[in-house]
Amino acid sequence: MQQFAALLRKDNQPVRYLVVDDSVFARKNIIKMIEMFGGEVAGEAGDGLTAIAEFNRTKPDIVLMDITMPQMEGIEAVERIVRQHGDARIVMVSSVGYQENILAALQKGAKHFVQKPVKPEVLYEILRYVLGDDPNAAGAHVALAGEHRA
Amino acid sequence: MRMELIQPFINAADAVFAESLQAPTKILDLSMDEETYRRKGVAALIAIKGDIEGRVILDLSAEVAMKVASHLAGEAVPSSDQVVRETVCELANMVIGNSVTLLNDQGFRFKVFPPEIHMNEEGLAGSIDTEAMVIAIETPCGQAYLNISMRYLHRRRQERDIASVID
Repeated sequence: MQQFAALLRKDNQPVRYLVVDDSVFARKNIIKMIEMFGGEVAGEAGDGLTAIAEFNRTKPDIVLMDITMPQMEGIEAVERIVRQHGDARIVMVSSVGYQENILAALQKGAKHFVQKPVKPEVLYEILRYVLGDDPNAAGAHVALAGEHRA
Repeated sequence: MRMELIQPFINAADAVFAESLQAPTKILDLSMDEETYRRKGVAALIAIKGDIEGRVILDLSAEVAMKVASHLAGEAVPSSDQVVRETVCELANMVIGNSVTLLNDQGFRFKVFPPEIHMNEEGLAGSIDTEAMVIAIETPCGQAYLNISMRYLHRRRQERDIASVID
């Protein structure tokens, strides 16, 4: 299995993620990658409304957000979260790669976009980039994923 | 049916299975089908309307869908109709999403409708002029089938215009 240097916050704690996708196994797939990157799952949600509630409850460092979901779609959830929390870091994760969708998500405040099926190395680089401009996040450390907990 | 409309879906399906399962896949067979589609397992039908229009069906057995779900989840997933539905939908969305990106890059604009899942025993009704390309893909989890029927809308408009002149 591919190994990645752990992505840690400045306080050397694991980066905390909120994973939002209506498909349970798609969430598990993302969570598997988060663990490979030395991260921690702060919460999960299967729709946009739950995502907003979970964001307020868990205050994650990063949100990984699907676009097409029941009740409230990802782009609307992004808009509402960013309206309340201007510093929210949200990465869209979707199989729908239309330019209009990507632009809409970015205009509403998403920081980046990754198309499914998600390649771990692609998500890792995007997370490094998104964490890079976060004063609380140190970006990638040299330690292998999991070593920071030892 | 024009191959340049079909190819993006074949490429996307091949790439989605190979990348999702982290293993090589193989296109086993390509054939034309003019009958009402008889699904082989659980089928997700996605309709497309715009500059091009038609439909794409991704079809795999429940057993294959469960193997894919377990692989993606990184652990054994308890078998259920819901997981099978979710898996087939998710895979169909990924195939369509990736092909749409390729077709958008070629300048086509169209609307993609949400997947309809078919698990019952009936065939999927096609229109009288439905002509589809069926592609069998060998994956490490078993075989998957892609049934594509797609055409340019402007060609249909021309046909309608000719028909109205004849009338």
